[in-house]
Amino acid sequence: MKAPLSWIRDYVDLPATVTTEQLTDRLTDLGLKLEAIHSAADGITGPLVVGKVLTMEPEPQKNGKTINWCTVDVGDANGTGEPQGIVCGAHNFAPGDLVVVILPGGVLPGNFEISARKTYGHLSSGMICSARELGLGDDHDGIIVLPADAGQPGTDAFGVLGLDEEVIEFEINPDRAYGLSLRGVAREAALAFDGTYRDPALRSTPAANGEGYEVVVDDPAGCPVFVARTVTGFDPSATTPAWLAERITHAGMRPISLAVDITNYVMLETGRPIHGYDLDKLQGPIRVRRAAEGEQMTTLDGAKRVLSPEDLVVTDDSGIIGLGGVMGGETTEMSATTTNVLVEAAHWDAVSMFRTGKRHKISSEAGKRNERGVDPTICEAAADRVVELLVELGGGTAQPGVTVVGTPPASPQVRIGYDLPARVSGIDIDSETVVAHLQAIGATVDADADGVTVTPPPWRPDITDPFDLVEEVVRIVGYDQVPSVLPREAAGRGLTRNQHLRRRIGRTLAGAGCVEVVSFPFVGAATFDGLGLPADDARRHTVPLANPLSAEEPAFTTTLLPGVLKAAGRNVGRGAPGVALFETATVAFPVDRGPAPIYGVDRRPDPAELDKLIEALPLQPLHLAVVLAGERERGGWWGAGRDAGWADAIEIVRILATELGVAIETSQTQLMPWHPGRCASFSVAGVQLGHAGELHPQVCAHYGLPARSAAVEIDLDVLMAHATAVTPGPAFSSLPVAKEDVALVVAHDVPSSTVEAALREGAGDLLESVRLFDVYTGEQVGEGKKSLAFALRFRAPDRTLTEAETSAARDAAVARAAEVAGAVQR
Amino acid sequence: MQPEEVDAARDAALAAIAAASDLEDLKRVRTEHAGDRSPLALANREIGALPPQARKEAGQRVGQARGAVNQALAARQEVLEAEHEERILVEETVDVTLPTDRRPAGARHPITTGSELIADIFVAMGWEVAEGPVIEAEWLNFDALNLGADHPARTMQDTFWTAPEGSGVVLRTHTSPVQARTMLTRTPPIYVVCPGRVFRTDEYDATHSPMFHQVEGLAIDEGISMAHLKGTLDHFATQLFGEGITTRFRPSYFPFTEPSAEVDLRCFVCKGVDAASCRTCRGEGWIEWGGCGVVNPRVLTACGVDPERYTGFAFGMGIDRTLMFRHGLSDLRALFEGDIRFTTAFGSEL
Ligand SMILES: [Zn+2]
Repeated sequence: MKAPLSWIRDYVDLPATVTTEQLTDRLTDLGLKLEAIHSAADGITGPLVVGKVLTMEPEPQKNGKTINWCTVDVGDANGTGEPQGIVCGAHNFAPGDLVVVILPGGVLPGNFEISARKTYGHLSSGMICSARELGLGDDHDGIIVLPADAGQPGTDAFGVLGLDEEVIEFEINPDRAYGLSLRGVAREAALAFDGTYRDPALRSTPAANGEGYEVVVDDPAGCPVFVARTVTGFDPSATTPAWLAERITHAGMRPISLAVDITNYVMLETGRPIHGYDLDKLQGPIRVRRAAEGEQMTTLDGAKRVLSPEDLVVTDDSGIIGLGGVMGGETTEMSATTTNVLVEAAHWDAVSMFRTGKRHKISSEAGKRNERGVDPTICEAAADRVVELLVELGGGTAQPGVTVVGTPPASPQVRIGYDLPARVSGIDIDSETVVAHLQAIGATVDADADGVTVTPPPWRPDITDPFDLVEEVVRIVGYDQVPSVLPREAAGRGLTRNQHLRRRIGRTLAGAGCVEVVSFPFVGAATFDGLGLPADDARRHTVPLANPLSAEEPAFTTTLLPGVLKAAGRNVGRGAPGVALFETATVAFPVDRGPAPIYGVDRRPDPAELDKLIEALPLQPLHLAVVLAGERERGGWWGAGRDAGWADAIEIVRILATELGVAIETSQTQLMPWHPGRCASFSVAGVQLGHAGELHPQVCAHYGLPARSAAVEIDLDVLMAHATAVTPGPAFSSLPVAKEDVALVVAHDVPSSTVEAALREGAGDLLESVRLFDVYTGEQVGEGKKSLAFALRFRAPDRTLTEAETSAARDAAVARAAEVAGAVQR
Repeated sequence: MQPEEVDAARDAALAAIAAASDLEDLKRVRTEHAGDRSPLALANREIGALPPQARKEAGQRVGQARGAVNQALAARQEVLEAEHEERILVEETVDVTLPTDRRPAGARHPITTGSELIADIFVAMGWEVAEGPVIEAEWLNFDALNLGADHPARTMQDTFWTAPEGSGVVLRTHTSPVQARTMLTRTPPIYVVCPGRVFRTDEYDATHSPMFHQVEGLAIDEGISMAHLKGTLDHFATQLFGEGITTRFRPSYFPFTEPSAEVDLRCFVCKGVDAASCRTCRGEGWIEWGGCGVVNPRVLTACGVDPERYTGFAFGMGIDRTLMFRHGLSDLRALFEGDIRFTTAFGSEL
């Protein structure tokens, strides 16, 4: 809402000493938040003066244009008193006219500096200005011709043009729809400075009579009040006076024609949207009803609308002539030839307005006010004000007929105890203050021993609850009066186990040299193509978005890999020699159980209802993705560096499992986007955990990553669910260790983990640890075979082992490996 | 050997020992003056051939001389060994200014560590950290929070809806549904803080992102007032931005709260003094931080909390935005690009 200061002052007497900043500070404190203070002269620097055209010589040019070489009297403004020579391209003026002249040295909006310059064979010293050049609107061609009494040549033109106006722009919250009018802003200003307030909607209006235009309202709930007045003999050629055009321009609306400008002016003044019809185009009585399904109409913006039975429409014998309260129709629109006008000031159901505006995607100044709630009691006053201006400015005749259908709905009464504002705000507020402040906002207050029964003023449909009254009292007392007190100390339970575990996981990954990233979760088919996922891959079954930002990424992701891979590619592209990134976030898998229910809010949903709500949501497990690309260790004076590979990815999973005390099983698998021969699958107690390994070369290429880049994706919910809760203190022997190394030859495709597990199993309780320390393939072990070298450590808790005991345990281990994996000792 | 000769041999030995410059030299001196063929060893051997009277005397003299020599040798050995070790250490000197960046450092994201820093401030006050899913039921994201389908404020939050239309499921537009979930599943007193990812259909630019992060707080207890809200936010501000940094309230509107307020943070750079030239608050002396208010009793009712017995307050602010002004970031996108040069600057705690 943009409110010109002079317009505010029309309705409230403010102390002369109050500055604009003081006013806006106080209004912000009251809840009308200052957005900006504009000066109408923003971007203009003088000298900008009134000039009188003395001579005007049309000079046709070779390019077909005709320019006017003018001399203009600018008084003493040019320092010499001599006429100023100016070239002007416009033709809508004549010698003797008063015009607006900007002299050399001045600046126009757009940082357009004016200087004397040679053009069309003349030295043009300044410019005769148009409204557009001064930023005063863009609808009129030609230069501004001032009224004959505008001022002497040389008079400063800022005041003449209303450019000295200050315009305050407010951010109006949805609960303060009354602030979308000068009436409401001025009321708050009066409240702020205890100034005298003159309500522009308080006027005596002619009583309803039987002579008015016939109006029938079929849906009084949707349209509780409909007022119609008629004006005849309006002069369609009458122009909008400058003061009115300036005010609505400053308020952010474009001047269109006098009749339309008047309805907009009164809407800005009172907050009540008005619609004007061309009376001669109306056929028969006006009727307000709900539309039938599929009915159609064309609104005055030229758009064809297919209506719903929820839409309120205004009709006559010809059919639908308006989308009630939202936008008028094309067929009865006022035009440049309209002489007889029907003025509609109607009160509409706010919810209905909101729904219709949303359904048809219409955002209009009228709709904005109607959907937030307008004072229902001022329809007659607003219509009367429009009639007054149509008569006064357009030469029309007010017809005596006054149609008023319906009565304004009553405001609901709200009761609070005197102590409520103090209890809620923590400020000491006595009962006198409660009563005084509620009266100050215009409410009718019925005070008794315990509290007040309040009838909110009709322009405050937002006040329905006791706490609404509390806010009114407290905002006037001042939010700065709220003391600062800490609540009592709660006996909190600290972070949850999973919150601790997540921090641990993050720190462990950072300790392993990985850098965390945060990516957007939006994906599309091309994303999955980039990962090389087959058509039937479960990860392609996503939660779709109804209104994605990009048509290429219309779904919520099932995998974090695209995000980390993209980020890694970006780092590599920016010259990073190596990058290790991780991300933890939830992904989503659809459950396809139909829509989530919408319940009422008058009570808590019961547990079964809540379950139903939660069950309709997608599964959203917490995932971890890691990508390791390029240098994992840097080269330097110490020697060569080392690039990341499949083993680094698997090591990340092992590090995390060790940190959380989770026993994981690793197996070979094939899954995109990983290399078909270099992908590990992990599980915990039979539950799938995730995958790690080298990325498929095509995937590396797609994301601009070096060959052999590696990646991990695991389900952290699974990992955390199996984390050791309380680690038992480890018991270990301090007796001497017995070491045995064994080299076992197995077929190439036997996993080392199988051999290791067999060794463990066969060695029995004396085995302390087993560690694979070498893998060898080559002639000595034969084609299709590999040799795995393990270091076994044996130790007993109670004695030093004999050589015989150790050898027996080792032989048993080897024997088991032979049995399980066909291992042959070298 | 004459007594004078023994003394001379001893003195020569002692002089040679003292002159030995290194362990190698001393080894040679040892052989020469204390070895089997040294004068004193030879003298010692001669003693057996002497008459008993002279034998005793000579034995004493030679013995004393050899003792002095051995003692001197041992002492010199110790000195020279120490010198040797010292020299080796000197020779082993390296250039400690060589780069040691073999293993690139990891880091956690400032949004993560910032959320934890904030959470910890509240945990220290006895609050708990509540969480919920980012793909959320419409009823929890809107209706339960007094944002019914026909509430104009709903359109203020440009919402991502999941398909098909009418799914009743959204990408949460704020972390408030976590508050609703908490009230629905717990009984007061409730003191929770909810950090998390939220989504709005905003185009991505230097100050807007379709995904950003919020932290919201909720306190439900008997006798809770705006004063407790103010006290909590002042404490929060001071913990996050330093001593003397407090908040102020301005009336505002949120369906979830009534009364509602915008909360401004005292500019922690200029502290409101000479704000005109301050780039952090752009001359305001205050920084817009978030929204807050007393929980609307309608919300308590929908979430099963008795509004006659309990009152509550709630607040919320952007984590990304808070980080932006706390750390002087000019472009929000730096948080989501994943450039390691950005993130590693913050380390693993904020
Ligand atoms: Zn500042």
